[in-house]
Amino acid sequence: MDSRSLFSGDSVLSRVHPAAVVAAVFLIAFPAFSSDFFTYQIGAYSLLLGLVALSLMMLAGYGGMVSLAQMTVAGLAGYLVAILGHNSVEVMGLGWPWWLTAITAIFCAALFSAFIGAVSVRTEGIYIIMITLAIAVAFFFFVRQNYALFNGFTGYAGVEPPTLFGIYWRDPVPFYYLTLAVAAGFLWAVFYASRSTFGLTLQAIRDNPRRMRALGFNVAFHRIFAYFLSGLIAGTAGVLLVWFNGRISPGSVSVDVVIDILVIAVIGGLRHPIGPFLGAILFVLLENFAIDLIDRERFNTVIGLAFLLIVLFSPDGLLGLWERFRARFSTDRKARYTSDRAEQIDAHPSGSVENT
Amino acid sequence: MIGIGRKTVVAAAMTLSLGGTAVAQDDTIKMGGLATLEGAFTVMGEDGMRGVQMALEEFGHEAGGKKIELITGSSDASPDSAVRAARKLVEQDEVQILVGPLSGSEGLAVKDYAKTQPDVTFLNGSSAAQDTTLRNPAENFFRFNTEGAQWMAGLGEYAYNEKGYRKVAVLAEDYSFPYTQVFGFLEPFCRLGGEAPIDARFWVPIGNKDYSSVIASLPDDVDAIYVALGGADAVNFLTQYEQAGGQLPLIAGSITVDQTVLGSEGRTREFVIGTPSAGPISDTWDDPRWNEFVQRYREQFPDGFGSPSLFAHAYYVNTKAALLGLEEVDGDLSDGGKKYREALAALEFETPTGMVSLDERRQAIADIFLTEVIEGPEGGLVNKTVGVTKQVSQTLGLPYEEFLEYGQVGRENPSCE
Amino acid sequence: MRQFIERHTFWAVVILLLAVILLWLIFAVWPEWLVEAIGRKKTFVNTLLNGLTLAGLYFLVASGFTLIFGLMRNVNLAHGSMYLLGAYIGYEVAEASGSWFLGLFVAFVAVAFSGILLQVLVFRRMEGDNLRQTLVTIAISIIAADLMLWIWTGTTYQFAPPEWLFGAAQLPVVSVIRSSGDPVYIMYPVYRLAVLAVAVAVGIALWLFLNRTRIGMMIRAGVNDRDMLSASGVNVQLVFALVFAIGAGLAGFAGVIGGTALSIAPGEDIRYLLASLVVVIVGGLGSVPGAAIGALLIGLAEQFGLAYFPTYGVVLTFLIMVVVLAVRPQGIMGQR
Repeated sequence: MDSRSLFSGDSVLSRVHPAAVVAAVFLIAFPAFSSDFFTYQIGAYSLLLGLVALSLMMLAGYGGMVSLAQMTVAGLAGYLVAILGHNSVEVMGLGWPWWLTAITAIFCAALFSAFIGAVSVRTEGIYIIMITLAIAVAFFFFVRQNYALFNGFTGYAGVEPPTLFGIYWRDPVPFYYLTLAVAAGFLWAVFYASRSTFGLTLQAIRDNPRRMRALGFNVAFHRIFAYFLSGLIAGTAGVLLVWFNGRISPGSVSVDVVIDILVIAVIGGLRHPIGPFLGAILFVLLENFAIDLIDRERFNTVIGLAFLLIVLFSPDGLLGLWERFRARFSTDRKARYTSDRAEQIDAHPSGSVENT
Repeated sequence: MIGIGRKTVVAAAMTLSLGGTAVAQDDTIKMGGLATLEGAFTVMGEDGMRGVQMALEEFGHEAGGKKIELITGSSDASPDSAVRAARKLVEQDEVQILVGPLSGSEGLAVKDYAKTQPDVTFLNGSSAAQDTTLRNPAENFFRFNTEGAQWMAGLGEYAYNEKGYRKVAVLAEDYSFPYTQVFGFLEPFCRLGGEAPIDARFWVPIGNKDYSSVIASLPDDVDAIYVALGGADAVNFLTQYEQAGGQLPLIAGSITVDQTVLGSEGRTREFVIGTPSAGPISDTWDDPRWNEFVQRYREQFPDGFGSPSLFAHAYYVNTKAALLGLEEVDGDLSDGGKKYREALAALEFETPTGMVSLDERRQAIADIFLTEVIEGPEGGLVNKTVGVTKQVSQTLGLPYEEFLEYGQVGRENPSCE
Repeated sequence: MRQFIERHTFWAVVILLLAVILLWLIFAVWPEWLVEAIGRKKTFVNTLLNGLTLAGLYFLVASGFTLIFGLMRNVNLAHGSMYLLGAYIGYEVAEASGSWFLGLFVAFVAVAFSGILLQVLVFRRMEGDNLRQTLVTIAISIIAADLMLWIWTGTTYQFAPPEWLFGAAQLPVVSVIRSSGDPVYIMYPVYRLAVLAVAVAVGIALWLFLNRTRIGMMIRAGVNDRDMLSASGVNVQLVFALVFAIGAGLAGFAGVIGGTALSIAPGEDIRYLLASLVVVIVGGLGSVPGAAIGALLIGLAEQFGLAYFPTYGVVLTFLIMVVVLAVRPQGIMGQR
């Protein structure tokens, strides 16, 4: 059973391959036929939220650790860009060159993520959600009250992306391609890592930490390293997000946003790295256009209901729905589908030995 | 509340059916209205939009021979969401005029965004941060309402001269709006000789519920406490201060004893009677212009507040300015709104609270009301108008350069030494 | 007690010493140098009392949370929403009937009922799937927060407690001696003392219920081994529903108590959820005494933080959590 689950990701890829090609062509051509607003606010923003959700998917899907602090990690990177680089608020802004700022920010975010991992790693399953939620909320309150470093309630504004090769990187089209490249890179990296020795070990630890410990694997190290890697993704997304918005404030890391990331990842599906991006697109479309269809006031109810329905009826998110839809129309896939369903990622969060 | 909601939906559905991004028809002008219609500030955002509706109604949804089509945008009071909503209105719905946003940090963010959209004209909603227009203003951002420091005009003098207070403690939320208010109050108070020791200034995190420890730390040797808290925070403090047997008189910031606080559900708080405050509106100002405004508000929105809030007032004034400007240029925005903005900058008009004009940074100069809490005729607490400070400018009468020397508002500005 | 002293003589002495110092700090008139060092006595004693009463409130909320987890291994992240719902319902009832106590009672019953609904309609369907249960509770809390905002808007509500609970009482603790020789006594809100009393009473009642009644015995047996309990002929689902009702009801009850001490507004759900989370992480998931200890630590840390170093108050709470997790991942009273 373990071995099949290890390679199930592979088979998903080969199945969606033609679709992936179509999607890639569409994404690359997207700015050509859409307005600046769609390219930037919908396209690039979805990719960014998708990246943060991807960092969660990686932890939850392969490591069985649902962390609610991914946006917090991204937020720290964003704050560091404003603190180390330039901003228009007369606080901090050390004026480092942009590449040093970005690298430092991403690396510190990854370390922060590893620290979160270290704090929660000795506990299991459900504890992790609680601890990471507590960390996320504490970080929010802290940046809101700390003026010396984080400029409190106001936060930072006037954060500029670099101008390189004569291109201003916040212009919609360049920024879109930048995020698309980064997203595609990390998507591939996560995919590749999931089939590397490390990835396989992580998934085995997810399925049965006790057995892996007995086999001599350093469970804690693998988990903390997974947090570190996911921190790299979230941190990079955080740097891009602060370039995207040009500003960062406590509202960027508030509880709502933190939970939005979980919603995005779960709606999209935690089984495959493409899931978070699907979830993000749906979320961003709803966020922007719900006001034209329903009262904007009730946006959270709509999102909450969608989330609830997905959790209740399709634990694998939109991807799961798609698979179910396909399964219904092709009997030969039915067997595989049911076997996939049997190994839900969240089957043993308490790390019990039921499946031995 | 529901009335507005439905109307926006209809308007929004119409935009959709017209093709969303399709070219605007020649005889209509698209105007965006941006307010907090979600999250904890929803009630205030809704009242702001009532102000917009009132101004539109007054002009019959037409100005300068063009039909005005309103498209609503919503934020949750965070600057990020305000910019996202503004961007959608400007870039997707292609509004040419945008009225909003509601709160201070949103205002700063939208002002920064305005700089990237030079052909769109931005008018403030009710945001009242000083730096929106004081430092690095945007050429196309206009604010026809007054801001936090202006709102305190006359209060420092009143506390010193009339009330005879010499030494005050300060209790305020720890962010820019209360800083601005504290500055506006202390600057004249300290210039007259009043004291506000740095160690008697208490800055609480916004959203703090439990004031008991702060109340315990308040010094005994002051004449009064200057309190600049808003909404729920103010309600919490007032109740807990009473419960703890607090004895000191209070001086209040503009949103500390407004109707949302005085009229909040629960027990009436007799001990705030006599608390002086100052702000851009006064509920009980007995003036035909104001009375007419209140009357019209009540008729148009039977399910609104008893009296328009300062949010409705600010949105109304800004929307009215936008429409008056359109009349001036006969609805001609074909030059990217250049002529229109010149007309706005020169605009001077009568509002329910007196004359409004702009300074060279497109910030309003207007009248400010000095009020005191009294027991109203129907038993509840209301603010009585004690005086009106005429035509308060953002620099409090000083030349611009000289005013900038005070530096940015903050916990220790002014130091009062 | 005697055993403890014999086994850990050193720690017993330290604890005794700390208690004596604390009592001295409370009852003595502070000398000049101490005031110089840590501020006025009034501030200290008030902050201490505030910490204790806040701890009482946190205990009321967290005990329900931990009780539900202890039996069902179910982390109910909608617990904060139940707190807020209880507060709003209690407010409506108290306002309509004019009786604060009726509001308190109805809040308990109504929220307890909503808890039973949640258990029967949702959780029973996905037993053993902890993560999904938790995700469902997150979804419910998102929807509930939005619906409550719709119904009760963003206005701040405050209860009118009975007159005799309002106002301040004079404590038999001298804060300073005036130059005229008159002692100045410390004043403290009556209601907050009542909160502390209620929390202690609920704590004792819970202990008696769990340790001295037949149902309590079943619950404890269920915590230890659910399958065994069910095998011995007890209707486990009934016990589950009962525990869920008590846990949720306590959250609703705390909503009225807390809403009266402070106020009710949107966002309180997250605040109390966070408080419950930290309290049970520190105290140990599933343990009611642990919730009491955790609540004490967090309540005191929060209040002393607010009074003595406002900006870093949150960090103090966070540090406590990290230290506990590092030393004892299962929490102070938690069991592996």
